[in-house]
Amino acid sequence: MADDEHRAPRPTGFDTLALHAGQRPDPATGARATPIYQSAAFVFPDSDFAVGLFNIERAGHVYSRLSNPTNAVLEERISALEHGVGAIAVASGQAAMHLAVATICSAGDHIVASRSLYGGTHNLLQYTLPRFGIETTFVDPRSPGAFAAAIRDNTRLVFGEILGNPGLEVLDVPAVADVAHAAKLPLLVDSTFATPYLCRPIDLGADLVIHSATKFLSGHGIVIGGLMVDGGTFDWEASGKFPTLTAPYDGFHDLVFAEEFGTQAFVTRARREGLRDFGACMAPTTAFHVLQGLETLPLRMQKHVANTREVVAFLGNHEAVDSVSYPELPSHPDHDLAARLLPNGAGAVFSFDIRGGREAGRTFIENLSTFSHLANVGDAKSLVIHPASTTHHRMDADALASAGIGEGLVRLSIGLEDPRDLIDDLGRALRRASRVAR
Amino acid sequence: MSGSRLRLEGKTVYVGNGSGHPDAGAASVVFVHGAGMDHTVWALPARHFARRGLRVAAVDLPGHGRSEGPAFDSINAMSDWLAAVLAALDIDRAAIVGHSMGSLVAYRFAMSQPDRCRALALLGTSAPMPVTGPLMNAARDNHHAAFDMANTWSHSTGTLGANANPGIWMLGAGERLLERSRPGVFHADLTACNGFDAGGGGRIGSPCLVIVGDDDLMTPARAGLDVASTLADATIVRLPGCGHAMLNERPNEVLDALIPIVTDA
Repeated sequence: MADDEHRAPRPTGFDTLALHAGQRPDPATGARATPIYQSAAFVFPDSDFAVGLFNIERAGHVYSRLSNPTNAVLEERISALEHGVGAIAVASGQAAMHLAVATICSAGDHIVASRSLYGGTHNLLQYTLPRFGIETTFVDPRSPGAFAAAIRDNTRLVFGEILGNPGLEVLDVPAVADVAHAAKLPLLVDSTFATPYLCRPIDLGADLVIHSATKFLSGHGIVIGGLMVDGGTFDWEASGKFPTLTAPYDGFHDLVFAEEFGTQAFVTRARREGLRDFGACMAPTTAFHVLQGLETLPLRMQKHVANTREVVAFLGNHEAVDSVSYPELPSHPDHDLAARLLPNGAGAVFSFDIRGGREAGRTFIENLSTFSHLANVGDAKSLVIHPASTTHHRMDADALASAGIGEGLVRLSIGLEDPRDLIDDLGRALRRASRVAR
Repeated sequence: MSGSRLRLEGKTVYVGNGSGHPDAGAASVVFVHGAGMDHTVWALPARHFARRGLRVAAVDLPGHGRSEGPAFDSINAMSDWLAAVLAALDIDRAAIVGHSMGSLVAYRFAMSQPDRCRALALLGTSAPMPVTGPLMNAARDNHHAAFDMANTWSHSTGTLGANANPGIWMLGAGERLLERSRPGVFHADLTACNGFDAGGGGRIGSPCLVIVGDDDLMTPARAGLDVASTLADATIVRLPGCGHAMLNERPNEVLDALIPIVTDA
C-alpha cells in the first residue's frame, strides 16, 4: 500500500477544540459554561483517597495552588490547541517562564537564549537568575549557529520567542530545535505573540511552550495569567542531563519522574514541585476569563491579522513614516521564514519608525484617540507605546540604537476595531507629528 | 524510586515498581501494558498498590519502553516471557492485570500457569482481538496514521478531555506515548493481538475481574462480556461512557475496581 493511502481519522478542528477541549457540561448542575470553582480546597471522599491524591495514585484536586477544576479545563484546552501532553496555568507569563526554567535548571546551569526578548524575560535571565546560579548567554535569534556556538557543557535549556521583541525576528524553530536536540537539550518557545492559532511550536520541533495568557489568549486586557505547555516530546533519560527528572527526588519519596510518568514527566514535576513550592498559581476566575477568550481565539486572531495588514499597508505608504517592520512585508529580513512558519499571519504587534525622532513620536502618541497608550499588547482594543519616551526614556540615542530601538520607533498592537477608524486615528496623529518634525 | 533492570536471555528487561518498598513475602501484582505502550500507563495504580505494601511489577514488554527488543509477535511468546521474568524476580504467585493486548498476555498466562495466578484482571479485553486492515497496514508501514487511528479509537467518541487527572490532555498524551514506540513494535503487537486464539478459558480458576468500557471502539463491551462468560469466577465492572483508554478516561473507577481483587485474592 502506498504511503499516502494510510488515512488517519480526521482530527477535531482547532475551532472546536477552542470551544470544547477539556470540558463537558458540569455533571453536578448541567452548566454548559465552565463553572468558576472558587474554592481553596476540595473535600476528600475518605482518608485513603486523600493519601492517594497526595501520592499521585488518584486523579483529582487537593488545593487550588496545585490544581483547580476551572484551571484544569484551561490547561487541557491549551494543551489540545498546542498539541502538547499537558499544561499548567500560572499567575503570569513571567511565572510560566520561571516555572519552565526552575523545573529543569539548578545552580550552576546555563541557558542559551535569543537576545530579542520581552523586557521582563530579559530581566529574569540577565539579572535575577544569576543570583540563583543560573547564567544565560544571549544570541542573535536569526542565527541558529549562534545558538549552537553558545551551548556549553552545563547548558540545560535553549529559549526564544517565536516573534522577537521589539524587532519581530521570527525564530526559526525547526533549525533552532535541531541545534538544541543535537546537544541533547530541549527548546522552550514563548509563543505569546503568535498564539496556537498562528503557530504551534511543538509541531515545528519545540519541546516546551509558554504564553502570557494576558495577551491574545484572554484577549480583552482584563487578567494577568500565564500558561506552560509540555510537548511530551523530549527524552529526558536519553539526554542524561536532567537529574530533576531522571534521579530520585527526595522531596517526593524518591520518585523518578521520567521513569514513572514518561512523556508527562516534565509537567508532573512542574506541578508537584514548582506549583507546590513556588506557588505562582492562577486564580480560577482568571482561568475562566482566559477560557472565555480562547473560545473566540480563532475569530479574533483572523480579525487581528486582517486589521494589522490594513494598518501596515497604510503606514507603509505614509509620508510621515520612515519604515514599517512587520514580517509579512518583503522588506522584513524574516519575510520568507514568516511565510513558512506563520502562514496564517505574523501576528498583530509590529513597530514603525516615525519621521522626526523622539519628539515626533511623543506628539504622535499624545494625539491618538482610539489607540490607548499603555504597556501591554494583545488586547481587543488597539494599543500603542513609544519606547523612547516611556519604557526606555532614560536611554540616549546611542543606547537606544544598540537595543535596536530608534528614537521614533512606535509599537502598535492592533485590535478588533473597524480598521478604517484605526487608520483615521493614525492619520490624524501622524499629521500632527509631522508638524513637529518640520 | 527506580524500577528494576534485569537481564533475561541477554536482554535488558525493565520492571517498574510504583516507588514501592515491599516487605519480604509481600503479595505481588503484575501489570501488563497494551500495544505500543509501556509501564507508564500504570503509573497511578502501580503507585497505589506499592504504597499499600504490595510488590509491584509493571513490566515493559520486550521492545517497549526501557526493555530491549525485539518485540514478540505472538501473545504466547509474551506470556512465556512474562513467566520467565516473574521467575527471575522470584515472584511465585501474583495478581495479573492486563490492559488491551496486555489483557491477552495476562489471560494466556493465567491459562498456562494457573498456579502462579492468584487473581486475574482484564481491562478492555476481547478474545479473539481482531485488528482492522487499515490499522494493521499503517502499522506495518510504520505510518503515523496507525497511531492516529489507535489513539482516536481508543478514546470514547466525542472525548475532548475533561480529564480527572488535572492538566493532562488525554489525546495528546496517548499519541505521544505511541510515537515513542520503536519502528515495527506496534505492528508486532497488533499482529500478536490479531493472531490470538483463546482456545477456551475454562481452566482459569482464580478470581477474575473484567472491566469494560461501554463506549469502547477497540474492544467493544460485548466482546469483553463474552470473555467474562468463559471465566468460572468473574466479576464484571462496566464503565458507562468510557472508551478503551480507561486508564486515562476513568483512572479512579479503574483503581476502585482493581483494589478488591488485587488486595483480597
